[in-house]
Amino acid sequence: MSRSATASLAALGVNPASELTSTTTDHTTGRVLPVRGELAGLLPWGGLRRGSTVSVGGSTSLLLALLAGATADGCWAAVVGLPQVGVLAAAELGVSVQRLALVPRPGSDPGPVIAALLDGLDLVAVACPLPPSLARRLTARARQRRAVLIACGSWPSADVELTAESVRWNPLDDGAETLRRQEISVRSGGRGSAGKPRHVLLTFGEEEIELPLVAGEPAGSDEPADAGPDRVDELAAKRATTRGRPA
Amino acid sequence: MKDTRLLAVWCPDWPVVAACTATGTGQHVPVAVVDGNEIVSTSAVARAEGIRRAMRKRMAESMCPELITFEHDPQRDARFFEPVAAAVEEIAPGIEVVQPGLVAVPARGPVGYFKSAEQAAERIVDHIAVHTNVEAQVGVADSLFAATKAAHRNVIVPPGRTAEFLGPLGVHELDSPELVDLLRRLGLKTLGAFAEVPENAVASRFGGPATRQHRLARGLPERPLDKRRPAPELAVAETFDEPVDRIDSAAFAAKILSERLHENLASRSLACTRLGIHARTENDEELHRVWRAAEPLTPRGIADRVRWQLDGWLTRERLTSGIRTLTLEPVEVVNGTALQLGLWGHDDERAVRALLHVQGLLGPDGVLTPVLDGGRGPKEQVRLVPWGDERVPSTNPDHPWPGRLPRAPATLADDPVVLKDADGDEVGVTGRLELTAQPKKLTVKGRTQEISAWAGPWPVDERWWAPDPHRAARIQVQTNDQAFLLIRRDQRWFLEGVYD
Repeated sequence: MSRSATASLAALGVNPASELTSTTTDHTTGRVLPVRGELAGLLPWGGLRRGSTVSVGGSTSLLLALLAGATADGCWAAVVGLPQVGVLAAAELGVSVQRLALVPRPGSDPGPVIAALLDGLDLVAVACPLPPSLARRLTARARQRRAVLIACGSWPSADVELTAESVRWNPLDDGAETLRRQEISVRSGGRGSAGKPRHVLLTFGEEEIELPLVAGEPAGSDEPADAGPDRVDELAAKRATTRGRPA
Repeated sequence: MKDTRLLAVWCPDWPVVAACTATGTGQHVPVAVVDGNEIVSTSAVARAEGIRRAMRKRMAESMCPELITFEHDPQRDARFFEPVAAAVEEIAPGIEVVQPGLVAVPARGPVGYFKSAEQAAERIVDHIAVHTNVEAQVGVADSLFAATKAAHRNVIVPPGRTAEFLGPLGVHELDSPELVDLLRRLGLKTLGAFAEVPENAVASRFGGPATRQHRLARGLPERPLDKRRPAPELAVAETFDEPVDRIDSAAFAAKILSERLHENLASRSLACTRLGIHARTENDEELHRVWRAAEPLTPRGIADRVRWQLDGWLTRERLTSGIRTLTLEPVEVVNGTALQLGLWGHDDERAVRALLHVQGLLGPDGVLTPVLDGGRGPKEQVRLVPWGDERVPSTNPDHPWPGRLPRAPATLADDPVVLKDADGDEVGVTGRLELTAQPKKLTVKGRTQEISAWAGPWPVDERWWAPDPHRAARIQVQTNDQAFLLIRRDQRWFLEGVYD
């Protein structure tokens, strides 16, 4: 591509993938969408760079967690082709569901639907299988429209690839305990400067459940080993009173 | 410049008048219409007792124990208003219903015919009183907002002096409580004071929706004039095999046709601000009414107006036969992005436009938005509504729900599974909410996995303890590398979610 053509594309907000590196000003100018703190270390830009394509594999929780920071910050997200998505889990992971749109069945011709969403929304997660040529066109569309395309599963031209290598929970105790704390081991890789492999162990779930009832109470996880259903009720009631409600 | 002068006909306390007409309640008793716990309309007798709008119902009843209250019913308001609208139409053709109790008509027609606005007003009021026994007031001004305020005061504002008329009125006349509150705190107590704030300062200080209110305060029409003239092919029509002659079938027809009209408009990024409703009966009677809305109509807004209008015709007009053909015609359209700008800020406009576009491609149900509800299961706690519909929780999510698990599965499912103990026997749940054996093997879609640990069971609903309990419970199970949520109902296990 000639230099002048690159310059005029840059003026339109289109940047070559090789420039997908982070600068501190990117965060303050809104070129990088915020993510939950523990995810920042996985992404070369410390957040989701506008115009980029990120593929996520192996864990729906990881996908939902990626949407949390930006939607809480006022961005709009859509999830396409994932009718079984657990919206409650999304809310628990911090997604502002009032700015979440679901397109469970994008139809036999999903291209125009996804393109329209990329035109108007900040984040679009796509979970339906697409031919590689269409996938590449959508990646280009996202770059042009400065949206973030999140691909569920493999994608031919992702800037960053996140793969959950294992999803583990706190061990259950045959009748007692309940699933509370989720550990996801994630490997990230990608193209160009984004390609440096990283490994992060994410832990989700402590903060929502361990919120102290009384301010000042330590938020440690010293659950009694014999916690039974009563304990669950208490936890549920606790969570019901501490969970932030979307406005 | 196009003549924008409007004549508004307003029936005071319309919800009360409609309720009294429907029930045969006399005018000498104190009457109020309540919406939930709040008074929304009062009769003159009730006002004399000190009852005011926005008052709590309980307080009003303690002030005036003989107060008769009726629940707010927009359909009733509309049904009994149709004869009034028809009476105005006999004097002033081309009327538009703004809401039950308020119609508007371009002033030049009746004013030209009756030589003066005062005489036109007098004739209209007389005609309504004679034909429907309803009291009405008339106002004339240069915008719908001002004409409505003029009708409340029964005055004719001379041409070009609308801003002067509005100036001394309080900012509470604007229908936007947050903005009114903000303006008062800033010391802007009258519409005139608000109107003097420069428009660009209003936009930057108060945001997009306030600029519309600012236009109203300055006596300008709510939208700039000269909008696109709607293309005739935007109209939708339906011919019924079975003529519609009952309210319930009319409501159904209204919903279907409204959705079609909305899809038609949304696919072109348009929304309707004036809606023409035409009906033709089996005996070729023609009925026609235009509804005018201050805000672009949502699919529900369209359906409500069509249903009200059909109800009015079917109930009040002496139709000789059922309705055979129904046509909805957008008389005036605006850019559809304006549709939700009152709900969302300016930054959300792009997203709203994109979602409307996708609804145009896939239909209203193609784009869903979640509402968090109360409940215990991961599915009960989320309700998906078509984008653009109201997002009101049906049960309180903040209420404590015993048996609600702290974490929800990221992937939902509904597949029958088999859960067995070490001996290969199926595991069940007793009436005392205990498992009959230790679960050891889980088979999902033909694949069997060893269970390493499990938790539960937790009750599924409060009827567990009732005489006829729903034998339903949830458990969580862990295998070597996965975690699942299972539910037992009707003596069978189902996979409800995967914690992936």
